[in-house]
Amino acid sequence: MSELDWSELGQLVQAGRAAIANAQELAALDALRVEYLGKKGRLTEQLKALGQLRPEDRPKAGQAINEAKEALQAALEARRAELEAETLRRQLEAGRVDVTLPGRGQAVGGLHPITRTMERIEDLFASIGFAVAEGPEIEDDYHNFEALNIPAHHPARAMHDTFYFDARRLLRTHTSPVQIRVMEAQQPPVRIIAPGRVYRCDSDVTHTPMFHQVEGLLVDEGVSFADLKGILDEFLRNFFEQELAVRFRPSYFPFTEPSAEVDIQCVICGGRGCRVCKDTGWLEVLGCGMVHPAVFRHVGIDSERYTGYAFGMGVERLAMLRYGVNDLRLFFENDLRFLQQFR
Amino acid sequence: MKISTEWLREWVEVDESPAALADRLTMAGLEVDSVTPAAPFFAKVVVGEIVACEQHPNADKLRVCQVSTGAESVQVVCGAPNARVGLKAPFAQVGAELPGDLTIRKAKLRGVESFGMLCSARELGLSEDSNGLLELPADAPVGQSLRDYLRLDDHVIEVDLTPNRSDCLGMVGIAREVGALSRRPVKPLPAVEVAETVADRIPVSLEAPAVCPRYVGRVIRNVNIKAETPIWMRERLRRAGVRSLGVVVDVTNYVMLELGQPMHAFDLGKIDGGIVVRMARDGETLSLLNGETVELRADTLVIADNSRALALAGIMGGEESAVGDDSRDIFLESAFFAPTGIAGRARQYGLHTESSHRFERGVDPNIQRYALDRATQLILELAGGEAGPAVEAAAEAELPRPVAVRLRQSRVQQMLGIDIPADEVVDILRRLGLAVTERDGGWDVVVPTYRFDLALEVDLIEELARVWGYHRVPVRRAAASLAMAPQAERRLSLRRLRSALVDRGYQEAITYSFVAPALQEALDPEQQPIALANPISADLAVMRTSLWPGLVQAVLHNQKRQRQRVRLFESGLRFRGGLDALVQERVIAGVATGSRLPEQWAAADEPVDFFDVKGDVEALLALTGEADAFRFEAAAHPALHPGQSAAIYRGERLVGWLGALHPEVQKRLDLAGATYVFELALEPLTQAKLPAFEALSRFPSIRRDLAVIVRDDTPAAAVLAVARSAAGELLRQAFVFDVYRGQGVEPGFKSLAIGLILQDSSRTLTDADVDEVIARVVVRLGQELGAVLRE
Repeated sequence: MSELDWSELGQLVQAGRAAIANAQELAALDALRVEYLGKKGRLTEQLKALGQLRPEDRPKAGQAINEAKEALQAALEARRAELEAETLRRQLEAGRVDVTLPGRGQAVGGLHPITRTMERIEDLFASIGFAVAEGPEIEDDYHNFEALNIPAHHPARAMHDTFYFDARRLLRTHTSPVQIRVMEAQQPPVRIIAPGRVYRCDSDVTHTPMFHQVEGLLVDEGVSFADLKGILDEFLRNFFEQELAVRFRPSYFPFTEPSAEVDIQCVICGGRGCRVCKDTGWLEVLGCGMVHPAVFRHVGIDSERYTGYAFGMGVERLAMLRYGVNDLRLFFENDLRFLQQFR
Repeated sequence: MKISTEWLREWVEVDESPAALADRLTMAGLEVDSVTPAAPFFAKVVVGEIVACEQHPNADKLRVCQVSTGAESVQVVCGAPNARVGLKAPFAQVGAELPGDLTIRKAKLRGVESFGMLCSARELGLSEDSNGLLELPADAPVGQSLRDYLRLDDHVIEVDLTPNRSDCLGMVGIAREVGALSRRPVKPLPAVEVAETVADRIPVSLEAPAVCPRYVGRVIRNVNIKAETPIWMRERLRRAGVRSLGVVVDVTNYVMLELGQPMHAFDLGKIDGGIVVRMARDGETLSLLNGETVELRADTLVIADNSRALALAGIMGGEESAVGDDSRDIFLESAFFAPTGIAGRARQYGLHTESSHRFERGVDPNIQRYALDRATQLILELAGGEAGPAVEAAAEAELPRPVAVRLRQSRVQQMLGIDIPADEVVDILRRLGLAVTERDGGWDVVVPTYRFDLALEVDLIEELARVWGYHRVPVRRAAASLAMAPQAERRLSLRRLRSALVDRGYQEAITYSFVAPALQEALDPEQQPIALANPISADLAVMRTSLWPGLVQAVLHNQKRQRQRVRLFESGLRFRGGLDALVQERVIAGVATGSRLPEQWAAADEPVDFFDVKGDVEALLALTGEADAFRFEAAAHPALHPGQSAAIYRGERLVGWLGALHPEVQKRLDLAGATYVFELALEPLTQAKLPAFEALSRFPSIRRDLAVIVRDDTPAAAVLAVARSAAGELLRQAFVFDVYRGQGVEPGFKSLAIGLILQDSSRTLTDADVDEVIARVVVRLGQELGAVLRE
């Protein structure tokens, strides 16, 4: 061969480009690289044949072959990039999920609405320095009644519908005995709340034999009825997270004096009158008062130096108003359809 | 206490509306329950008089009456048996509107025309009884509107009195309160004169003067026991919610409602000798007015005669000595019984009466004679008779005396946080009927005997606040010294434990602390529960010794409502040890049944098993930071599956149980599917570790896995314990990552795959170091547990 077969080179490049374009896999591309550009590749063979040409033709032919090689090289790279992109695309496609399907695993449970309400009350009072105190639920007559200025046969006892075990022991009818236990153990200043279960032998649409109260007690120097009004007013607005009218009505509890019942403007109707507030516009939510000197005497606190206030609230009542629950008994049926509304 | 405003007006001027009066009372501590009209709406009803009365031509039970309304006379067909000439009765004219949306029209009854209707009390909504026409007094003005005549445009205010305000259990007391609140004068008790026309008297002796220090009585002869109680008195009784029971009883009730003094009338003929006020003798019996016979106890005061007990003093009269239709001579009683001697006694006999209600709370010890005279006067006026002299027995030393109380102005300020001006203080106390004398920085106050509730300085301060107005006490924002509250970091909170369970899919339950004995017995048979003396029902009769009964009950409730998957927990007290060695221990307990996970597309639907719940329990234990301090031991519990129950210990202390309910228990309780329960004492669970930093090793760790074959009953915990002990201080972690039984492992044996991670803090471990440790582990496992390496 005395000169380069230009047409063969052209066909070779053309055939190579076509083969590269047709390659569907990276492996096929590699094979084409070997076929054309490998040590024994078809273009490589052409280069090897350069020596047989006339010297004056060699540079031109060499340049042409190198250009052909570069062209195929570029075609290979381009095709490789294409195929890699395609492979990735397919991988991604295969990895596609239906993001609307639900996630895997355990569902979250929830706290009982009473616990939730008690925690809320605890948190509000904790934020102004009240500690949580607890007491026994099987109480003795002394702590539940006697020390609270409710001697045997006091008419107030009849209102308590007490569950008894024997002549001396009973289920506490209110959380007030915790006041006594705290003051027996501690001199003022005292600042506690006592949440817990209480029991009364009464069961109908608006009474369950067990329910919950939160008791509060603050004893210090210089504590007055005005402070009591202040703290409860603030608590009720914060508990319901709304501005609402609060009124204090004189009432009677043997262990406080002066005593008051506290009404809030009905949160259901805004005070206009409805079934829940019996058209009065007011809802009774709390009982409270200044600690009675007889109670201080029982626990050995000097009632001349110290004064204090106590309050007690029904947790179920507050939870019903806060969450709009219309049947007290639901709290103790533990029906999941009810409980799961309070996650 | 039901207050007719019309009756109240007899004592004090009331110019406000019933609603405004009710509000005033409520805001002064006399909580008003309701305000209701004294009579339902009706119109065009007048006093009518029957001027002629003939048999209806076509009906046996009907009569044709001519009824005069003064202006005219109309024909009315009437079926009432007491329709008769001369009777005055309410007459609803044509066009009258009656309660129950009834309008009276001209009508024809069995062929006879009727222009209106003569009414019974029931038809006017004045009574439940319908014994014929309501008979009006002979002097009732014919033609006058019945509403005006009976003053029916009145309201009844029902007050829910607190136990301290017994002084308001009579109209006079209410009037005093209203007068004090509205600054209006109250009519004083009018003088009552009784003409004593006979000399008869019976002796009265007080054998228990501490309980009955005053007893006043009087004989009245020749009373017309069948005299009709006049309509005005019946109306007042009705509005107070008291039934009319005959003239003598009506008078005693009326006086009680007016003055607050309960009274009793005996049939004089049934009294043997005289009245003896004494304590009952144990075992003595007495038939009461309500028809019951009670066996008396020695702590009960009775009114007796010379031979037997006649009445439960201050509570209820006896049947035998009661005034009846045949009585002619009576003995009226008006006594003072000390509250402490009466309180609780009625309840002991299952009774609660208007009388006991008042005496338990306190009655004015100085009103008895006045009440007796007032009742005598009314009886003579309404039923005739001749009154004897009043007989009074009193033990002056035992009678309550007016109480003197010192009130300091500084104390008023200290308790209330306001300065009530001195002249206001004096004014308020005087309006309440207290005698006030000013003395250095305060006042000496004398309390009238009708105010049983006022004995201490603080009682007066409450009165001041109440009348001054609670709304006028300022609202002072909380202010206190900023003492920081301690925060025990070694204490794990119940809240954190609850949150962990909530996050693991448990719903919190709150169940009753008392449970059904059978359920209690099924789930905790070895504990003797404490029984309530007066349970509300047989299902809630014993105190729980475990939270499992309540939780299982809640599972059953939900299973009956198509909820098969239930995970609940509760925290609260359990009550053990009986009353004498009572332990009220706070625990946290849970129950899980149904599928492991909520039904979902991405996980197989498998039932919950022991290890799911154990994982939940371990999560709680891990929160202490000292999971290693706890251990699980296979142990038998009567309510649990013998192969799936573990006692949980912290050190040597048993702190809880975990397991599957025994299949028999599950079946007995009708539970659907395997049910897993746990219960942990809270106290050991809340002792947490304060974290203490340990330096991190800079050198690589090396993991080696071992598979050892051990007997099937060898606990994994034992294998790990030996491995840990043998590996020594280089061991960072040891864990089981596979358990295998089956081909390649002989029956009765199992293969445990154990991962061991070793690391030194000062150098990189060599293969030789590690091989040495592993060899030691293998040898010790072989020696102590007979474990062999799996080939």
